[in-house]
Amino acid sequence: MAYSDKLLDHFKNPRNVGTLDKSKENVGTGLVGAPECGDVMRLQIEVDDQTGTIRDAKFKTFGCGSAIASSSLATEWLKGKSIDEAMTFDNMDLVEELALPPVKIHCSVLAEDAIKSAIADYRHKNGIETEGSAEAQASH
Amino acid sequence: MQPTTFLYEKRYICTEKIGFVKLNPFKQITTMSKNLIYLDNNATTPTDPRVVDAMLPYFYQHPGNAASRNHPFGWAAEEAVDYAREQVAKLISVDPKEIIFTSGATESDNLAIKGVFEMYSRKGNHIITAKTEHKAVLDACKKVEKMGGEVPYLEVNREGLVDLKELEAAIKDNTILVSIMWANNETGVIQPMKEIGEICARHGVLFMSDATQVVGKIPVDPKAVGCHLMAFTGHKMYGPKGVGALFVNRKKPRVKVTAQLDGGGHERGMRSGTLNVPGIVGLGKAAEIAAQEMQKDTERLSKLRDRLEQELLNSLEEVYINGSSEHRMPHVTNLSFKHVEGEGLMMTFNQEIAVSSGSACTSASLEPSYVLIALGLGDDLAHSSIRFSLGRFTTDEEIDRAIVAVRNGVNHMRELSPIWEMYKEGIDLDAVEWSEH
Repeated sequence: MAYSDKLLDHFKNPRNVGTLDKSKENVGTGLVGAPECGDVMRLQIEVDDQTGTIRDAKFKTFGCGSAIASSSLATEWLKGKSIDEAMTFDNMDLVEELALPPVKIHCSVLAEDAIKSAIADYRHKNGIETEGSAEAQASH
Repeated sequence: MQPTTFLYEKRYICTEKIGFVKLNPFKQITTMSKNLIYLDNNATTPTDPRVVDAMLPYFYQHPGNAASRNHPFGWAAEEAVDYAREQVAKLISVDPKEIIFTSGATESDNLAIKGVFEMYSRKGNHIITAKTEHKAVLDACKKVEKMGGEVPYLEVNREGLVDLKELEAAIKDNTILVSIMWANNETGVIQPMKEIGEICARHGVLFMSDATQVVGKIPVDPKAVGCHLMAFTGHKMYGPKGVGALFVNRKKPRVKVTAQLDGGGHERGMRSGTLNVPGIVGLGKAAEIAAQEMQKDTERLSKLRDRLEQELLNSLEEVYINGSSEHRMPHVTNLSFKHVEGEGLMMTFNQEIAVSSGSACTSASLEPSYVLIALGLGDDLAHSSIRFSLGRFTTDEEIDRAIVAVRNGVNHMRELSPIWEMYKEGIDLDAVEWSEH
Protein backbone atom coordinates (compact mmCIF):
# COMPACT_ATOMS: atom_id res chain seq x y z
CA MET A 1 0.00 0.00 0.00
CA ALA A 2 1.59 3.22 -1.08
CA TYR A 3 0.81 6.22 1.09
CA SER A 4 0.65 9.81 -0.10
CA ASP A 5 3.64 12.11 0.35
CA LYS A 6 1.62 14.30 2.66
CA LEU A 7 0.73 11.39 4.91
CA LEU A 8 4.34 10.22 5.00
CA ASP A 9 5.50 13.74 5.82
CA HIS A 10 3.08 14.04 8.74
CA PHE A 11 4.06 10.58 9.93
CA LYS A 12 7.79 11.20 9.77
CA ASN A 13 7.68 14.79 11.00
CA PRO A 14 4.56 14.91 13.13
CA ARG A 15 3.49 18.45 14.08
CA ASN A 16 2.44 19.47 17.56
CA VAL A 17 3.41 16.32 19.44
CA GLY A 18 3.18 16.86 23.15
CA THR A 19 1.15 17.38 26.25
CA LEU A 20 -0.71 20.43 27.54
CA ASP A 21 -1.50 20.89 31.20
CA LYS A 22 -4.93 19.32 31.41
CA SER A 23 -5.59 20.86 34.82
CA LYS A 24 -5.79 24.33 33.24
CA GLU A 25 -9.27 25.74 32.74
CA ASN A 26 -8.61 26.75 29.17
CA VAL A 27 -7.27 23.35 28.08
CA GLY A 28 -9.63 20.75 26.66
CA THR A 29 -8.51 17.14 26.41
CA GLY A 30 -9.98 14.42 24.23
CA LEU A 31 -8.87 10.83 24.67
CA VAL A 32 -10.50 8.42 22.25
CA GLY A 33 -9.98 4.88 21.04
CA ALA A 34 -8.72 1.88 22.98
CA PRO A 35 -5.43 -0.04 23.15
CA GLU A 36 -7.28 -3.27 22.28
CA CYS A 37 -8.42 -1.68 19.03
CA GLY A 38 -4.89 -0.61 18.13
CA ASP A 39 -5.71 3.12 18.17
CA VAL A 40 -5.62 5.65 20.99
CA MET A 41 -5.59 9.37 20.27
CA ARG A 42 -5.16 12.11 22.80
CA LEU A 43 -5.79 15.55 21.39
CA GLN A 44 -5.64 18.74 23.43
CA ILE A 45 -6.60 22.31 22.68
CA GLU A 46 -5.66 25.46 24.52
CA VAL A 47 -8.16 28.27 24.07
CA ASP A 48 -7.22 31.95 24.21
CA ASP A 49 -9.49 33.45 26.87
CA GLN A 50 -9.51 36.85 25.17
CA THR A 51 -10.32 35.85 21.61
CA GLY A 52 -11.99 32.50 22.17
CA THR A 53 -9.84 30.93 19.49
CA ILE A 54 -7.64 27.86 19.74
CA ARG A 55 -4.16 29.11 20.55
CA ASP A 56 -2.40 25.76 20.70
CA ALA A 57 -3.13 22.15 19.93
CA LYS A 58 -1.11 19.07 20.85
CA PHE A 59 -1.51 15.38 20.34
CA LYS A 60 -0.13 12.00 21.15
CA THR A 61 -1.32 8.94 19.25
CA PHE A 62 -0.85 5.21 19.65
CA GLY A 63 -1.66 3.79 16.26
CA CYS A 64 -0.69 3.21 12.69
CA GLY A 65 0.87 5.76 10.35
CA SER A 66 -2.51 7.00 9.14
CA ALA A 67 -3.71 7.61 12.70
CA ILE A 68 -0.58 9.58 13.53
CA ALA A 69 -0.71 11.62 10.33
CA SER A 70 -4.45 12.27 10.83
CA SER A 71 -3.94 13.62 14.33
CA SER A 72 -0.92 15.68 13.29
CA LEU A 73 -2.81 17.32 10.43
CA ALA A 74 -5.86 17.85 12.64
CA THR A 75 -3.82 19.79 15.22
CA GLU A 76 -2.41 22.00 12.46
CA TRP A 77 -5.89 22.72 11.20
CA LEU A 78 -7.23 23.53 14.67
CA LYS A 79 -4.79 26.32 15.49
CA GLY A 80 -6.38 29.74 15.12
CA LYS A 81 -9.90 28.36 14.73
CA SER A 82 -12.76 29.42 16.96
CA ILE A 83 -14.47 26.71 18.97
CA ASP A 84 -17.53 26.90 16.74
CA GLU A 85 -15.41 26.60 13.63
CA ALA A 86 -13.57 23.66 15.16
CA MET A 87 -16.88 21.92 15.78
CA THR A 88 -17.53 21.92 12.03
CA PHE A 89 -14.46 19.69 11.46
CA ASP A 90 -15.23 16.96 8.97
CA ASN A 91 -13.17 13.77 8.88
CA MET A 92 -13.55 13.61 5.11
CA ASP A 93 -11.22 16.60 4.82
CA LEU A 94 -8.48 14.44 6.35
CA VAL A 95 -9.37 11.55 4.06
CA GLU A 96 -8.94 13.79 1.04
CA GLU A 97 -5.87 15.70 2.16
CA LEU A 98 -3.96 12.60 3.25
CA ALA A 99 -5.45 10.39 0.51
CA LEU A 100 -6.35 7.78 3.11
CA PRO A 101 -7.17 4.36 1.69
CA PRO A 102 -10.63 2.96 2.58
CA VAL A 103 -9.30 0.70 5.35
CA LYS A 104 -7.82 3.78 7.05
CA ILE A 105 -10.88 6.00 7.07
CA HIS A 106 -11.54 5.05 10.69
CA CYS A 107 -8.31 6.90 11.60
CA SER A 108 -9.82 10.17 10.38
CA VAL A 109 -13.06 9.41 12.21
CA LEU A 110 -11.06 8.93 15.37
CA ALA A 111 -9.38 12.32 14.85
CA GLU A 112 -12.79 13.96 14.48
CA ASP A 113 -13.95 12.24 17.65
CA ALA A 114 -10.83 13.42 19.46
CA ILE A 115 -11.42 17.04 18.42
CA LYS A 116 -15.06 16.96 19.46
CA SER A 117 -14.19 15.27 22.71
CA ALA A 118 -11.52 17.91 23.47
CA ILE A 119 -14.00 20.70 22.73
CA ALA A 120 -16.63 19.05 24.92
CA ASP A 121 -14.10 18.83 27.74
CA TYR A 122 -13.21 22.51 27.35
CA ARG A 123 -16.87 23.51 27.31
CA HIS A 124 -17.65 21.34 30.30
CA LYS A 125 -14.82 22.89 32.31
CA ASN A 126 -16.02 26.36 31.45
CA GLY A 127 -19.67 25.72 32.10
CA ILE A 128 -20.68 25.95 28.47
CA GLU A 129 -23.20 23.14 28.17
CA THR A 130 -24.30 22.12 24.72
CA GLU A 131 -26.15 19.18 23.36
CA GLY A 132 -24.00 16.11 23.19
CA SER A 133 -21.17 17.44 25.31
CA ALA A 134 -22.08 15.30 28.26
CA GLU A 135 -21.97 12.25 26.05
CA ALA A 136 -18.58 13.14 24.58
CA GLN A 137 -17.32 13.77 28.09
CA ALA A 138 -18.10 10.22 29.05
CA SER A 139 -15.48 8.91 26.71
CA HIS A 140 -12.55 9.81 28.96
CA MET B 1 21.42 -39.52 -11.27
CA GLN B 2 21.75 -36.23 -13.12
CA PRO B 3 19.13 -35.64 -15.84
CA THR B 4 20.37 -36.06 -19.39
CA THR B 5 20.76 -32.71 -21.02
CA PHE B 6 19.49 -32.20 -24.50
CA LEU B 7 21.59 -29.40 -25.82
CA TYR B 8 20.19 -27.91 -28.96
CA GLU B 9 23.01 -25.55 -29.83
CA LYS B 10 20.96 -23.29 -32.02
CA ARG B 11 18.28 -22.71 -29.41
CA TYR B 12 20.81 -22.21 -26.69
CA ILE B 13 22.43 -19.42 -28.65
CA CYS B 14 19.00 -18.05 -29.36
CA THR B 15 18.16 -17.88 -25.68
CA GLU B 16 21.42 -16.10 -25.04
CA LYS B 17 20.61 -13.58 -27.69
CA ILE B 18 17.24 -12.75 -26.25
CA GLY B 19 18.84 -12.33 -22.89
CA PHE B 20 17.55 -15.24 -20.86
CA VAL B 21 20.91 -16.20 -19.45
CA LYS B 22 21.98 -12.60 -19.10
CA LEU B 23 19.53 -12.35 -16.25
CA ASN B 24 21.80 -12.48 -13.23
CA PRO B 25 19.69 -13.10 -10.15
CA PHE B 26 22.64 -13.08 -7.79
CA LYS B 27 23.40 -9.52 -8.73
CA GLN B 28 19.82 -8.54 -7.98
CA ILE B 29 19.94 -10.13 -4.54
CA THR B 30 23.10 -8.31 -3.54
CA THR B 31 21.63 -5.04 -4.78
CA MET B 32 18.44 -5.70 -2.90
CA SER B 33 20.10 -6.43 0.42
CA LYS B 34 22.29 -3.35 0.21
CA ASN B 35 19.29 -1.07 0.40
CA LEU B 36 16.71 -3.00 2.29
CA ILE B 37 17.13 -5.60 5.01
CA TYR B 38 14.81 -8.50 4.35
CA LEU B 39 13.65 -10.01 7.64
CA ASP B 40 10.39 -11.45 6.34
CA ASN B 41 11.63 -14.87 5.29
CA ASN B 42 8.60 -16.59 6.82
CA ALA B 43 6.46 -14.77 4.26
CA THR B 44 8.66 -15.92 1.44
CA THR B 45 12.35 -16.47 0.79
CA PRO B 46 14.37 -15.10 -2.09
CA THR B 47 14.96 -17.83 -4.66
CA ASP B 48 18.53 -19.01 -4.34
CA PRO B 49 20.47 -18.05 -7.49
CA ARG B 50 21.65 -21.67 -7.78
CA VAL B 51 17.99 -22.70 -7.93
CA VAL B 52 17.27 -20.17 -10.64
CA ASP B 53 20.25 -21.44 -12.62
CA ALA B 54 18.93 -24.99 -12.38
CA MET B 55 15.45 -23.92 -13.51
CA LEU B 56 16.32 -21.73 -16.47
CA PRO B 57 17.01 -24.47 -19.05
CA TYR B 58 13.53 -25.90 -18.44
CA PHE B 59 11.74 -22.87 -19.80
CA TYR B 60 13.12 -22.88 -23.32
CA GLN B 61 15.89 -25.37 -23.82
CA HIS B 62 13.88 -28.31 -22.43
CA PRO B 63 10.28 -27.24 -22.90
CA GLY B 64 8.71 -30.69 -22.87
CA ASN B 65 5.63 -31.91 -21.06
CA ALA B 66 6.67 -34.55 -18.54
CA ALA B 67 3.66 -36.62 -19.66
CA SER B 68 4.78 -36.72 -23.31
CA ARG B 69 6.06 -40.26 -23.56
CA ASN B 70 6.96 -40.40 -27.23
CA HIS B 71 9.73 -37.90 -27.85
CA PRO B 72 12.96 -36.62 -26.34
CA PHE B 73 11.35 -33.38 -25.14
CA GLY B 74 8.98 -35.31 -22.94
CA TRP B 75 11.69 -37.70 -21.76
CA ALA B 76 13.95 -34.82 -20.72
CA ALA B 77 11.15 -33.23 -18.73
CA GLU B 78 10.18 -36.51 -17.11
CA GLU B 79 13.77 -37.23 -16.17
CA ALA B 80 14.14 -33.80 -14.63
CA VAL B 81 10.95 -34.29 -12.61
CA ASP B 82 12.06 -37.74 -11.46
CA TYR B 83 15.39 -36.35 -10.36
CA ALA B 84 13.70 -33.50 -8.47
CA ARG B 85 11.39 -35.99 -6.80
CA GLU B 86 14.43 -37.87 -5.56
CA GLN B 87 16.03 -34.67 -4.27
CA VAL B 88 12.87 -33.69 -2.40
CA ALA B 89 12.29 -37.19 -1.02
CA LYS B 90 15.85 -37.38 0.22
CA LEU B 91 15.53 -34.14 2.17
CA ILE B 92 12.66 -35.56 4.22
CA SER B 93 13.82 -39.20 4.19
CA VAL B 94 10.86 -40.67 2.29
CA ASP B 95 10.42 -42.68 -0.89
CA PRO B 96 10.21 -40.59 -4.08
CA LYS B 97 6.92 -42.33 -4.85
CA GLU B 98 5.48 -40.66 -1.76
CA ILE B 99 5.92 -37.15 -3.14
CA ILE B 100 2.99 -35.49 -4.93
CA PHE B 101 3.88 -32.22 -6.59
CA THR B 102 1.35 -29.41 -6.24
CA SER B 103 1.17 -25.66 -6.74
CA GLY B 104 2.15 -24.90 -3.16
CA ALA B 105 1.39 -25.50 0.48
CA THR B 106 -2.16 -24.16 0.31
CA GLU B 107 -3.02 -26.70 -2.34
CA SER B 108 -1.21 -29.46 -0.45
CA ASP B 109 -3.11 -28.63 2.75
CA ASN B 110 -6.39 -28.64 0.87
CA LEU B 111 -5.60 -31.89 -0.90
CA ALA B 112 -4.63 -33.59 2.35
CA ILE B 113 -7.57 -32.43 4.44
CA LYS B 114 -10.40 -32.53 1.92
CA GLY B 115 -8.84 -35.53 0.21
CA VAL B 116 -8.75 -37.54 3.43
CA PHE B 117 -12.23 -36.36 4.39
CA GLU B 118 -13.64 -37.66 1.12
CA MET B 119 -11.55 -40.82 0.93
CA TYR B 120 -12.24 -41.92 4.50
CA SER B 121 -15.86 -40.80 4.75
CA ARG B 122 -16.93 -44.37 5.50
CA LYS B 123 -14.67 -44.50 8.50
CA GLY B 124 -15.68 -41.17 9.95
CA ASN B 125 -16.09 -37.45 9.52
CA HIS B 126 -14.18 -36.08 12.50
CA ILE B 127 -10.96 -34.08 11.91
CA ILE B 128 -8.99 -32.49 14.74
CA THR B 129 -6.90 -29.37 14.25
CA ALA B 130 -5.71 -26.39 16.31
CA LYS B 131 -6.59 -22.70 16.48
CA THR B 132 -3.12 -21.53 15.52
CA GLU B 133 -3.01 -23.34 12.19
CA HIS B 134 -2.45 -21.48 8.95
CA LYS B 135 -5.56 -20.25 7.14
CA ALA B 136 -5.00 -22.86 4.43
CA VAL B 137 -5.69 -25.55 7.04
CA LEU B 138 -8.37 -23.67 8.98
CA ASP B 139 -10.34 -22.73 5.90
CA ALA B 140 -10.04 -26.22 4.43
CA CYS B 141 -11.41 -27.52 7.75
CA LYS B 142 -14.24 -25.00 7.64
CA LYS B 143 -15.10 -26.32 4.20
CA VAL B 144 -15.07 -29.83 5.60
CA GLU B 145 -17.55 -28.69 8.25
CA LYS B 146 -19.78 -27.32 5.52
CA MET B 147 -19.59 -30.68 3.79
CA GLY B 148 -20.88 -32.38 6.91
CA GLY B 149 -17.66 -32.93 8.81
CA GLU B 150 -17.04 -32.26 12.45
CA VAL B 151 -13.92 -30.30 13.39
CA PRO B 152 -12.81 -29.35 16.89
CA TYR B 153 -10.17 -26.58 16.97
CA LEU B 154 -7.82 -27.22 19.86
CA GLU B 155 -6.62 -24.44 22.12
CA VAL B 156 -2.89 -23.84 22.62
CA ASN B 157 -1.13 -22.78 25.80
CA ARG B 158 0.76 -19.55 26.43
CA GLU B 159 3.80 -21.08 24.72
CA GLY B 160 1.76 -21.80 21.62
CA LEU B 161 1.86 -25.58 22.11
CA VAL B 162 -1.10 -27.93 21.86
CA ASP B 163 -2.01 -29.86 24.99
CA LEU B 164 -1.38 -33.54 24.31
CA LYS B 165 -3.97 -34.70 26.82
CA GLU B 166 -6.55 -32.44 25.28
CA LEU B 167 -5.64 -33.78 21.85
CA GLU B 168 -5.97 -37.37 22.96
CA ALA B 169 -9.27 -36.65 24.69
CA ALA B 170 -10.61 -35.10 21.49
CA ILE B 171 -10.07 -38.30 19.49
CA LYS B 172 -13.30 -40.21 18.95
CA ASP B 173 -14.31 -43.39 17.16
CA ASN B 174 -15.12 -41.42 14.03
CA THR B 175 -11.89 -39.39 14.02
CA ILE B 176 -10.09 -39.87 10.73
CA LEU B 177 -7.38 -37.20 10.83
CA VAL B 178 -5.34 -35.00 13.14
CA SER B 179 -3.87 -31.95 11.40
CA ILE B 180 -1.26 -30.07 13.43
CA MET B 181 1.34 -27.81 11.87
CA TRP B 182 5.00 -28.61 12.42
CA ALA B 183 5.93 -25.02 13.26
CA ASN B 184 3.88 -21.87 13.32
CA ASN B 185 4.44 -19.21 10.70
CA GLU B 186 3.95 -16.25 13.06
CA THR B 187 5.81 -17.40 16.15
CA GLY B 188 8.07 -20.17 14.86
CA VAL B 189 6.84 -22.41 17.70
CA ILE B 190 7.48 -26.10 17.00
CA GLN B 191 4.81 -28.57 18.10
CA PRO B 192 5.66 -31.86 19.86
CA MET B 193 5.46 -33.86 16.64
CA LYS B 194 6.73 -37.18 17.97
CA GLU B 195 4.24 -37.20 20.84
CA ILE B 196 1.37 -36.24 18.55
CA GLY B 197 2.41 -38.98 16.14
CA GLU B 198 2.40 -41.54 18.97
CA ILE B 199 -1.10 -40.52 20.06
CA CYS B 200 -2.36 -40.80 16.48
CA ALA B 201 -0.72 -44.22 16.08
CA ARG B 202 -2.24 -45.42 19.34
CA HIS B 203 -5.72 -44.54 18.14
CA GLY B 204 -5.25 -45.55 14.50
CA VAL B 205 -5.85 -42.03 13.24
CA LEU B 206 -4.04 -40.43 10.31
CA PHE B 207 -1.67 -37.60 11.15
CA MET B 208 -1.17 -34.74 8.75
CA SER B 209 1.14 -31.77 9.22
CA ASP B 210 1.53 -28.44 7.50
CA ALA B 211 5.32 -28.30 7.48
CA THR B 212 5.63 -25.24 5.28
CA GLN B 213 7.85 -23.34 7.68
CA VAL B 214 10.17 -26.19 8.59
CA VAL B 215 11.06 -28.22 5.50
CA GLY B 216 14.48 -27.09 4.33
CA LYS B 217 15.08 -25.12 7.53
CA ILE B 218 15.46 -27.82 10.21
CA PRO B 219 15.74 -31.61 9.90
CA VAL B 220 12.30 -33.00 9.08
CA ASP B 221 11.56 -36.71 8.95
CA PRO B 222 7.80 -37.35 8.85
CA LYS B 223 8.12 -41.14 9.10
CA ALA B 224 10.22 -40.87 12.25
CA VAL B 225 7.42 -38.98 13.98
CA GLY B 226 4.54 -41.03 12.59
CA CYS B 227 3.28 -38.32 10.26
CA HIS B 228 1.34 -39.70 7.28
CA LEU B 229 0.75 -36.59 5.21
CA MET B 230 2.91 -33.50 5.10
CA ALA B 231 2.47 -30.29 3.13
CA PHE B 232 5.28 -27.95 2.14
CA THR B 233 6.27 -25.45 -0.50
CA GLY B 234 9.21 -24.22 -2.54
CA HIS B 235 9.16 -20.53 -1.78
CA LYS B 236 9.82 -20.86 1.95
CA MET B 237 13.03 -22.80 1.32
CA TYR B 238 14.74 -20.59 -1.26
CA GLY B 239 12.93 -22.31 -4.11
CA PRO B 240 10.45 -20.78 -6.54
CA LYS B 241 6.87 -19.73 -5.82
CA GLY B 242 4.01 -21.69 -7.33
CA VAL B 243 5.34 -25.16 -6.58
CA GLY B 244 4.95 -27.32 -3.52
CA ALA B 245 4.47 -30.91 -2.51
CA LEU B 246 2.47 -33.26 -0.38
CA PHE B 247 4.09 -36.28 1.19
CA VAL B 248 1.62 -39.16 1.27
CA ASN B 249 2.66 -42.26 3.22
CA ARG B 250 2.60 -45.34 0.98
CA LYS B 251 3.17 -48.26 3.31
CA LYS B 252 1.93 -49.07 6.79
CA PRO B 253 -0.50 -47.48 6.37
CA ARG B 254 -1.09 -46.94 2.68
CA VAL B 255 -2.71 -43.53 2.69
CA LYS B 256 -4.95 -42.37 -0.09
CA VAL B 257 -6.49 -39.01 -0.77
CA THR B 258 -9.33 -38.16 -3.13
CA ALA B 259 -8.08 -35.89 -5.89
CA GLN B 260 -9.29 -32.33 -5.66
CA LEU B 261 -8.37 -31.50 -9.25
CA ASP B 262 -9.73 -33.79 -11.91
CA GLY B 263 -8.04 -34.24 -15.24
CA GLY B 264 -5.30 -36.31 -16.76
CA GLY B 265 -4.57 -38.37 -13.68
CA HIS B 266 -1.08 -37.02 -13.08
CA GLU B 267 0.77 -37.65 -9.82
CA ARG B 268 -0.66 -41.13 -9.26
CA GLY B 269 -4.13 -39.81 -9.87
CA MET B 270 -4.00 -37.59 -6.83
CA ARG B 271 -3.25 -34.30 -8.57
CA SER B 272 -4.06 -33.77 -12.21
CA GLY B 273 -2.49 -30.99 -14.22
CA THR B 274 0.57 -30.64 -16.42
CA LEU B 275 3.60 -30.69 -14.19
CA ASN B 276 5.33 -27.38 -13.55
CA VAL B 277 8.67 -28.70 -14.74
CA PRO B 278 10.84 -25.61 -14.13
CA GLY B 279 9.21 -25.12 -10.73
CA ILE B 280 9.67 -28.75 -9.75
CA VAL B 281 13.31 -28.67 -10.88
CA GLY B 282 13.71 -25.58 -8.70
CA LEU B 283 12.07 -27.23 -5.72
CA GLY B 284 14.37 -30.22 -6.16
CA LYS B 285 17.47 -28.05 -6.32
CA ALA B 286 16.29 -26.06 -3.29
CA ALA B 287 15.86 -29.32 -1.39
CA GLU B 288 19.33 -30.50 -2.36
CA ILE B 289 20.94 -27.22 -1.26
CA ALA B 290 18.92 -27.23 1.98
CA ALA B 291 20.09 -30.74 2.82
CA GLN B 292 23.71 -29.64 2.39
CA GLU B 293 23.55 -26.25 4.07
CA MET B 294 20.77 -26.51 6.64
CA GLN B 295 23.01 -27.17 9.60
CA LYS B 296 25.39 -24.34 8.79
CA ASP B 297 22.49 -21.93 8.13
CA THR B 298 20.71 -22.92 11.31
CA GLU B 299 23.73 -22.39 13.53
CA ARG B 300 24.49 -19.02 12.02
CA LEU B 301 20.89 -17.78 11.99
CA SER B 302 20.07 -18.83 15.52
CA LYS B 303 23.05 -16.78 16.73
CA LEU B 304 21.93 -13.78 14.71
CA ARG B 305 18.32 -14.17 15.87
CA ASP B 306 19.41 -14.44 19.51
CA ARG B 307 21.55 -11.34 19.18
CA LEU B 308 18.73 -9.34 17.59
CA GLU B 309 16.32 -10.49 20.27
CA GLN B 310 18.66 -10.00 23.23
CA GLU B 311 19.83 -6.56 22.18
CA LEU B 312 16.26 -5.37 21.77
CA LEU B 313 15.19 -6.93 25.07
CA ASN B 314 18.17 -5.39 26.85
CA SER B 315 17.95 -1.91 25.44
CA LEU B 316 14.18 -1.38 25.49
CA GLU B 317 11.64 -1.67 28.30
CA GLU B 318 8.47 -3.69 28.01
CA VAL B 319 9.44 -6.02 25.19
CA TYR B 320 8.00 -9.53 25.22
CA ILE B 321 8.78 -12.68 23.27
CA ASN B 322 5.61 -14.26 21.91
CA GLY B 323 5.46 -18.04 22.09
CA SER B 324 7.91 -20.59 23.38
CA SER B 325 11.59 -19.59 23.19
CA GLU B 326 12.58 -23.19 23.79
CA HIS B 327 10.51 -24.97 21.14
CA ARG B 328 11.10 -22.56 18.34
CA MET B 329 12.52 -22.26 14.84
CA PRO B 330 16.09 -20.95 14.89
CA HIS B 331 15.51 -18.00 12.58
CA VAL B 332 12.29 -16.49 13.93
CA THR B 333 11.39 -14.15 16.76
CA ASN B 334 8.03 -12.58 17.39
CA LEU B 335 8.24 -9.62 19.75
CA SER B 336 5.66 -7.30 21.25
CA PHE B 337 6.75 -3.74 21.98
CA LYS B 338 4.21 -2.65 24.55
CA HIS B 339 2.30 0.61 23.95
CA VAL B 340 3.54 0.86 20.38
CA GLU B 341 1.28 -0.12 17.50
CA GLY B 342 2.97 -2.61 15.19
CA GLU B 343 1.99 -1.19 11.86
CA GLY B 344 2.98 2.34 12.83
CA LEU B 345 6.28 0.98 14.12
CA MET B 346 6.94 -0.83 10.85
CA MET B 347 6.34 2.42 9.01
CA THR B 348 9.19 4.08 10.91
CA PHE B 349 11.69 1.67 9.40
CA ASN B 350 10.08 0.19 6.32
CA GLN B 351 12.51 1.97 4.02
CA GLU B 352 15.22 0.00 5.74
CA ILE B 353 13.81 -3.24 7.14
CA ALA B 354 11.05 -5.50 5.83
CA VAL B 355 9.17 -7.40 8.56
CA SER B 356 5.57 -8.41 9.37
CA SER B 357 3.22 -7.27 12.08
CA GLY B 358 0.50 -9.11 13.97
CA SER B 359 -1.44 -5.89 14.08
CA ALA B 360 -4.26 -5.81 11.62
CA CYS B 361 -4.84 -2.15 11.24
CA THR B 362 -5.10 -2.61 7.50
CA SER B 363 -7.89 -5.14 7.71
CA ALA B 364 -11.43 -3.94 7.86
CA SER B 365 -12.10 -6.07 10.94
CA LEU B 366 -9.33 -4.38 12.95
CA GLU B 367 -8.74 -7.70 14.64
CA PRO B 368 -5.14 -8.51 15.39
CA SER B 369 -3.41 -11.84 14.78
CA TYR B 370 -5.62 -14.79 15.72
CA VAL B 371 -2.48 -16.80 16.40
CA LEU B 372 -1.26 -14.43 19.10
CA ILE B 373 -4.76 -14.14 20.54
CA ALA B 374 -4.88 -17.95 20.77
CA LEU B 375 -1.66 -17.79 22.82
CA GLY B 376 -3.57 -15.69 25.31
CA LEU B 377 -2.06 -12.31 24.46
CA GLY B 378 -4.33 -9.35 25.00
CA ASP B 379 -5.41 -7.50 21.88
CA ASP B 380 -3.14 -4.60 22.86
CA LEU B 381 0.00 -6.78 22.88
CA ALA B 382 -1.05 -8.50 19.68
CA HIS B 383 -1.39 -5.09 18.02
CA SER B 384 2.15 -4.33 19.23
CA SER B 385 3.81 -7.36 17.71
CA ILE B 386 6.45 -7.64 15.02
CA ARG B 387 7.72 -10.85 13.45
CA PHE B 388 11.38 -10.94 12.45
CA SER B 389 12.26 -13.92 10.26
CA LEU B 390 15.85 -14.28 9.15
CA GLY B 391 17.09 -16.26 6.20
CA ARG B 392 20.05 -17.67 4.32
CA PHE B 393 20.94 -14.27 2.90
CA THR B 394 20.71 -12.33 6.17
CA THR B 395 24.09 -10.93 7.22
CA ASP B 396 25.70 -9.91 10.52
CA GLU B 397 25.87 -6.33 9.40
CA GLU B 398 22.17 -6.30 8.54
CA ILE B 399 21.28 -7.45 12.03
CA ASP B 400 23.41 -4.64 13.48
CA ARG B 401 21.53 -2.13 11.37
CA ALA B 402 18.17 -3.70 12.17
CA ILE B 403 18.78 -3.48 15.92
CA VAL B 404 19.48 0.25 15.65
CA ALA B 405 16.54 0.94 13.34
CA VAL B 406 14.05 -0.99 15.48
CA ARG B 407 15.28 0.56 18.71
CA ASN B 408 15.02 4.06 17.25
CA GLY B 409 11.59 3.29 15.84
CA VAL B 410 10.25 2.01 19.15
CA ASN B 411 11.63 5.00 21.04
CA HIS B 412 10.16 7.38 18.48
CA MET B 413 6.75 5.73 18.60
CA ARG B 414 6.73 5.73 22.37
CA GLU B 415 7.41 9.47 22.36
CA LEU B 416 4.23 9.73 20.31
CA SER B 417 2.21 7.26 22.34
CA PRO B 418 -0.27 8.61 24.89
CA ILE B 419 -0.56 5.22 26.54
CA TRP B 420 3.21 4.99 26.97
CA GLU B 421 3.05 8.39 28.70
CA MET B 422 0.21 7.19 30.92
CA TYR B 423 2.10 4.00 31.72
CA LYS B 424 5.17 6.04 32.67
CA GLU B 425 3.01 8.22 34.92
CA GLY B 426 1.90 5.11 36.72
CA ILE B 427 -1.67 5.14 35.49
CA ASP B 428 -3.33 1.73 35.50
CA LEU B 429 -4.34 1.38 31.87
CA ASP B 430 -6.73 -1.44 32.65
CA ALA B 431 -8.67 0.90 34.92
CA VAL B 432 -9.16 3.49 32.18
CA GLU B 433 -12.56 3.48 30.57
CA TRP B 434 -11.69 3.49 26.90
CA SER B 435 -14.16 4.63 24.31
CA GLU B 436 -15.16 2.24 21.60
CA HIS B 437 -14.95 3.11 17.98
